[in-house]
Amino acid sequence: MEMVTRIGKFDHDDDHLNLRLGLPGTSEAREKQAPSLGSRTSNKRALPEDAEDPGSNSKCSRTESANADSALPTKTQVVGWPPIRSYRKNNTQSTVMKTPQSDVAGGNNNYVKVSVDGAPYLRKIDLRVYKNYPELLKALESMFNLTIGNYSEREGYNNGSDYAPTYEDKDGDWMLVGDVPWERLRIMKGSEARGLGCA
Amino acid sequence: MKEAKRKKEAAGTFPDEVLERVVGMIKSHKDRSAASLVCKDWFNAERWSRARVFIGNCYSVSPEIVTRRFPNIRSVTLKGKPRFSDFNLVPPNWGADVHAWLAAFADKYPFLEELRLKRMTVSDESLEFLASYFPNFRAISLLSCDGFSTDGIAAIATHCKNLVELDIQENDVEDRSGSWLSCFPENFTSLEILNFANLNSEVNFDCLERLVSRCKSFKVLKVNKSINLEQLQKLISHAPQLVELGSGTFTQELTANQHSELENAFSNCKNLHTLSGLWEAKALYLPVLYPACTNLTFLNLSYAALGSGEFASLLVHCPRLRRLWVLDTVEDKGLEAVGSHCPLLEELRVFPYDPFDQEIIHGVTESGFLAVSYGCRRLHYVLFFCRQMTNAAVATIVKNCPDFTHFRLCIMDPGQPDYLTNEPMDEAFGAVVKTCTQLQRLAVSGLLTDLTFEYIGKYAKNLETLSVAFAGSSDWGMQCVLNGCPKLRKLEIRDCPFGNVALLSGLEKYESMRSLWMSACNVTMNGCRLLAREMPRLNVEVIKEEGSEDSQANKVYVYRSVAGPRRDAPPFVLTL
Repeated sequence: MEMVTRIGKFDHDDDHLNLRLGLPGTSEAREKQAPSLGSRTSNKRALPEDAEDPGSNSKCSRTESANADSALPTKTQVVGWPPIRSYRKNNTQSTVMKTPQSDVAGGNNNYVKVSVDGAPYLRKIDLRVYKNYPELLKALESMFNLTIGNYSEREGYNNGSDYAPTYEDKDGDWMLVGDVPWERLRIMKGSEARGLGCA
Repeated sequence: MKEAKRKKEAAGTFPDEVLERVVGMIKSHKDRSAASLVCKDWFNAERWSRARVFIGNCYSVSPEIVTRRFPNIRSVTLKGKPRFSDFNLVPPNWGADVHAWLAAFADKYPFLEELRLKRMTVSDESLEFLASYFPNFRAISLLSCDGFSTDGIAAIATHCKNLVELDIQENDVEDRSGSWLSCFPENFTSLEILNFANLNSEVNFDCLERLVSRCKSFKVLKVNKSINLEQLQKLISHAPQLVELGSGTFTQELTANQHSELENAFSNCKNLHTLSGLWEAKALYLPVLYPACTNLTFLNLSYAALGSGEFASLLVHCPRLRRLWVLDTVEDKGLEAVGSHCPLLEELRVFPYDPFDQEIIHGVTESGFLAVSYGCRRLHYVLFFCRQMTNAAVATIVKNCPDFTHFRLCIMDPGQPDYLTNEPMDEAFGAVVKTCTQLQRLAVSGLLTDLTFEYIGKYAKNLETLSVAFAGSSDWGMQCVLNGCPKLRKLEIRDCPFGNVALLSGLEKYESMRSLWMSACNVTMNGCRLLAREMPRLNVEVIKEEGSEDSQANKVYVYRSVAGPRRDAPPFVLTL
């Protein structure tokens, strides 16, 4: 029963899911965040620093704000808080259907714009068509006629591939495609994408 | 069966058979417990005549003790893990496995008919065992359980020839496929209650349709997301007698014809009093529900992200509503509509649509809650998630609705003060406990000092369950509660500055309670050892986690038990 790992939570209208294909080794492609929400093993309890209650100091001393490195605000990243059953959290989120583009029919697609460094124009793909990352990557490979190769957790796409797919999350950070479990990717709202290619 | 129960009838006493008959009519567990304490005859009459048993903590007693005392049980309700396991505070494989119970029941209660489990671990093997060894088995309900997959459900569907109820609710179930539904035999007709809303896999619709058609006594049908509107229409056409309906996905491109067929189907459901499901419900389709809403008493919209407009339009048609669950997407405006249209409302639960979004500027506030309290004076149960609250608002709310029995307020930012005055929320909860004398359950939140707990200890004389998080200033707070609340049964605390002094101040109290949970407080191993030593009839368990200091007891679970320390504790649970 794991907590949902959220990446790229988009707020409202003009936030972006951007798929970008770039050469591996670029600084954007390498940057890796791990904002895992509510990891059970690493006491991530970040209590609000401006709490006026003097009694809370005793709590603060035991807090490891393991999220100090991440750009995500840490205020509500507490295990099991707010107290909502995992089932409810997972099922409410997956009903997110607010896709603002005009080419979305009936809210059943999750279109994303993809661009590649050096390519003359952008393409659009529907993420819902793919069941997992390998399928998505194969589709991108054939669409743009390039090699991305296989994802490995340690090295990303460094194994003999020319390009690495990245996307821009809510905080404006370029994330390597593949780190987040595929199921979690589905809870992102699809919207305008502005992916691009190599450095 | 009555063996050597014949005894000499002393003048003025009833024959056993009569006593048993009379006591047999007592339904309430509490009353039966009381009756059993009167004298030995009554104790025996009670134990022989009892058909249903409720075990609130599966470790408080053993299967052997239960089966020895109650020989004729037909229905068992079992609850396992501490409630905070719902929020991932209890590691997996903690325990509460139902299998040992089933093994005992197979031996002593072969005629078992009903099993209701909450927060238990249930494996597929256990479900298969259940399906195979209990020929009279009729009803199974699983809520917030884990450990099983749809294969286990398939076993139930395949083998339980007399099944009346299959209720799968909010479990951590491995959803392998929807083929379980196809396992009901074609000549199977006894089903009355089917709830598979929890499962996402697509089921064979033809099978489902045939099932609903041939089971003439269908009362409750709650389908899953894979069922669309067109399919729903067919299902309810076969079962207009339904009393509870959970729809599937409530959006689909329908032709005008299909739309009116759906409307007709709903108008024929004259007996509907509960409606749920409604995933992805859109304003466009909600009106088909209107004719079915006249007698609705429970509306569960907690999976439908409705806006205030369509929500208000729907509520106009639900004048008899007594229980309402919604998402905070309806906002304060939606809650105003509740206040306007639902004067009979007794229970309101508002869940957060997006609990982790930092930038949300929507959701509900104290103003919406106030609006409900002005319009719904009978309100007695509330669960309210919000991002801001004031002491003044809560005081007014309870003045409007003094009959609260369950008040669960969750201000989602831990330790947040009254957003207008910047003061702690002590006075809010003070008002709740002073005004609502019938309060049984309380969950507090926001910035709270010990004063909140002083109030609780002083005024909450009927309080049975208290949930506390990120609150309090010192041991004194917890002491106030332990010393002050005579009816306290369940106390669950997380992230509070309560330490050994507080823990040990409840020494005398814990045996009259079901359980105590304390996590991320200031309790140490030594404090727990002391408690365990002083109170041998309590099980004092510490959950050890990776990377925690040896002397700290980060997660403590204390509960009374007549079964002694549990023998199935995993390595990370230390029984002191």
